[in-house]
Amino acid sequence: MFYREAGDFKTSYAEDNQTFPIKFDRYRYWFVLAVAFLVIPFIINDYWANAIFVPFLIYSIAAIGLNILTGYCGQVSLGTGGFMAVGAYACYKLMTAFPEVNILIHIILSGGITAVVGAAFGLPSLRIKGFYLAVATLAAQFFLIWLFNKVAWFYNYSASGQISAPERFVGGIAVTGPNTEAWAKYMVCLVFVTLCGLAARNLTRGTTGRKWMAIRDMDIAAEIIGVNPLKAKLTAFAVSSFFVGIAGALFFAVYLGAVEGGEAFGIQKSFLVLFMVIIGGLGSIFGSFAGAAFLVVLPVALKMIGVDLLGWPTDIVSHFQLVVVGALIMFFLIKEPHGLAQLWRVIKEKLRLWPFPH
Amino acid sequence: MSTEFLYFVEVLINGLMAGVMYSLVALGFVLIFKASGIFNFSQGVMALFAALTLAGIMEGQVPFAHIINSIFGTNIHHFGWHVPAVLAIILTVFVMIGFAWAVQRFVFRHLVGQEPIILFMATIGLAYFLEGLGDIMWGSDIKTLALGLPQGGARWLEDATAGLGGDDFYGFFIDKLDMVATVVAAVLVTALILFSQYTKHGRAMRAVADDHQAALSVGISLNFIWILVWSLAGFVALVAGIMWGAKSGVQFSLSLIALKALPVLMLGGFTSIPGAIVGGLIIGMGEKVFEYMIGPMVGGATENWFAYVLALLFLVFRPQGLFGERIIERV
Repeated sequence: MFYREAGDFKTSYAEDNQTFPIKFDRYRYWFVLAVAFLVIPFIINDYWANAIFVPFLIYSIAAIGLNILTGYCGQVSLGTGGFMAVGAYACYKLMTAFPEVNILIHIILSGGITAVVGAAFGLPSLRIKGFYLAVATLAAQFFLIWLFNKVAWFYNYSASGQISAPERFVGGIAVTGPNTEAWAKYMVCLVFVTLCGLAARNLTRGTTGRKWMAIRDMDIAAEIIGVNPLKAKLTAFAVSSFFVGIAGALFFAVYLGAVEGGEAFGIQKSFLVLFMVIIGGLGSIFGSFAGAAFLVVLPVALKMIGVDLLGWPTDIVSHFQLVVVGALIMFFLIKEPHGLAQLWRVIKEKLRLWPFPH
Repeated sequence: MSTEFLYFVEVLINGLMAGVMYSLVALGFVLIFKASGIFNFSQGVMALFAALTLAGIMEGQVPFAHIINSIFGTNIHHFGWHVPAVLAIILTVFVMIGFAWAVQRFVFRHLVGQEPIILFMATIGLAYFLEGLGDIMWGSDIKTLALGLPQGGARWLEDATAGLGGDDFYGFFIDKLDMVATVVAAVLVTALILFSQYTKHGRAMRAVADDHQAALSVGISLNFIWILVWSLAGFVALVAGIMWGAKSGVQFSLSLIALKALPVLMLGGFTSIPGAIVGGLIIGMGEKVFEYMIGPMVGGATENWFAYVLALLFLVFRPQGLFGERIIERV
């Protein structure tokens, strides 16, 4: 009864176009932000931060990035892992080359570097479409990982070939390195997620986003009505890679602290993020969050049920996880090709009429 | 002939042989793509699954033994018999046909008319599902396939060609298994072409590939044809699984060769069986030669990415691949 437009009068275009047209949604949005910023940092501990919250936030950024490219612009990419690696290695090089500069600036800059790389790998998308493009992005994935493993300059000639994040501070508080508090990690990621979410939402509903969607729906028709496919596709690749690069930088610097390129950013990572986008919902910012949450929580939940509750060996549970994820993806594609976001939309529609559906 | 040139020829031949192995996987892709427009990402995992099943049946393993033991606290693992290779292969073929039926019945029948990209993602899901299932059924340890296929280098060829070069040339080293694979691939392709040209179901299959609705209107059962095609792809996967499994053991990395088959397909064109073969040969030869000539300069392991980059560059100039159908776009 409280989920209604009724009585909520819009008196300007800005109000009419707002993201949450229903008052309840707006309050809910502020409530979620308030809990995320003011409550969770005070009660979070290491386990919750490392197992759920930090990966969830980082994958959300990556999923938003891929969703912009695949969901909004219709270009399927299997190179997400490679672009995350670009972000991570860029961040590492910047951190070690300019130690005095704030780490937050480094993370944003690594996003920028990834955007340039992403746009370069996006160039073939003007000629190659559909599956062919999806396979072509594999070139980015494998080439980039190989490059980071082979050229010692990228990992500062360290003997192990690993990169590890040196300790860096924001306002006197360590945010990278081994002595980072759980809440500090969480806060850094949260700030980036909030900013990225806002940016993505506003990009996708403006001119740029509409152009992307026009290209997605039918590129030739879009070209005829005056959308420049070169600009639209390349901006989609660049913006998407920007987000993915930030996610990669956070994944390396804040979450893991030390990574080995091929292991952390392999092809599996590309698929994981793609699955998040599919399960969450193509072409939806909320879907990116939902998909990331789902696939971060699922293994933890399966492990709890399988190992702790039923007492199965861990290897069986991890195989089971593959089966469950695979089955879920097929299930979602059959039952709800638009993912969790569509379920959410249906629920909202129902709520509007509840309790008197006509 | 100079020794260097002979080494180059050896690399070239080995590349061609490796290419045949890629083609074996790519063939399965083409079959399914032509008949149903599904880009079957799970082809590699199907090869792994088929090889696992074959190995499991031959050794008389109890399927799902691991999980049964965990639930009921029993300790079963083997039936205690060994199935002869031929019988095991036939049984595996039946398993793959059952799998084809299940895939069609439970997944793709519900996805008819969806966009190709949705179908593609469904096959990625299928790949995960099958990978997990294979591990749960047969365990995840590395298995060997004792089919009695020849292993190692062909000594007679080495001896026969040793005289071609100077004193420091010992003849061409070519894996016997690769030669067998080449023969098998040739037989397989011939059989497939004969099947699709001269049999009733083969013709029906081509009709479906041409136009679903027209085929439906002349009384061809789409459902049957799709099951047939998936079974054929399962059979091709089994052959690929046997060859790759005999080469490097039946293990998870087998499913990754599917990724290598993708650039092969892009190069050859998604809809062409000869394209899959030629593409495979080009990729196999190209990456071996590139690794031999350029690899040492840039630190090696270029095989990881060369195929993809080659396919990418190639596609920029010819988006439909070598033998693919011309892409005509209409508004």
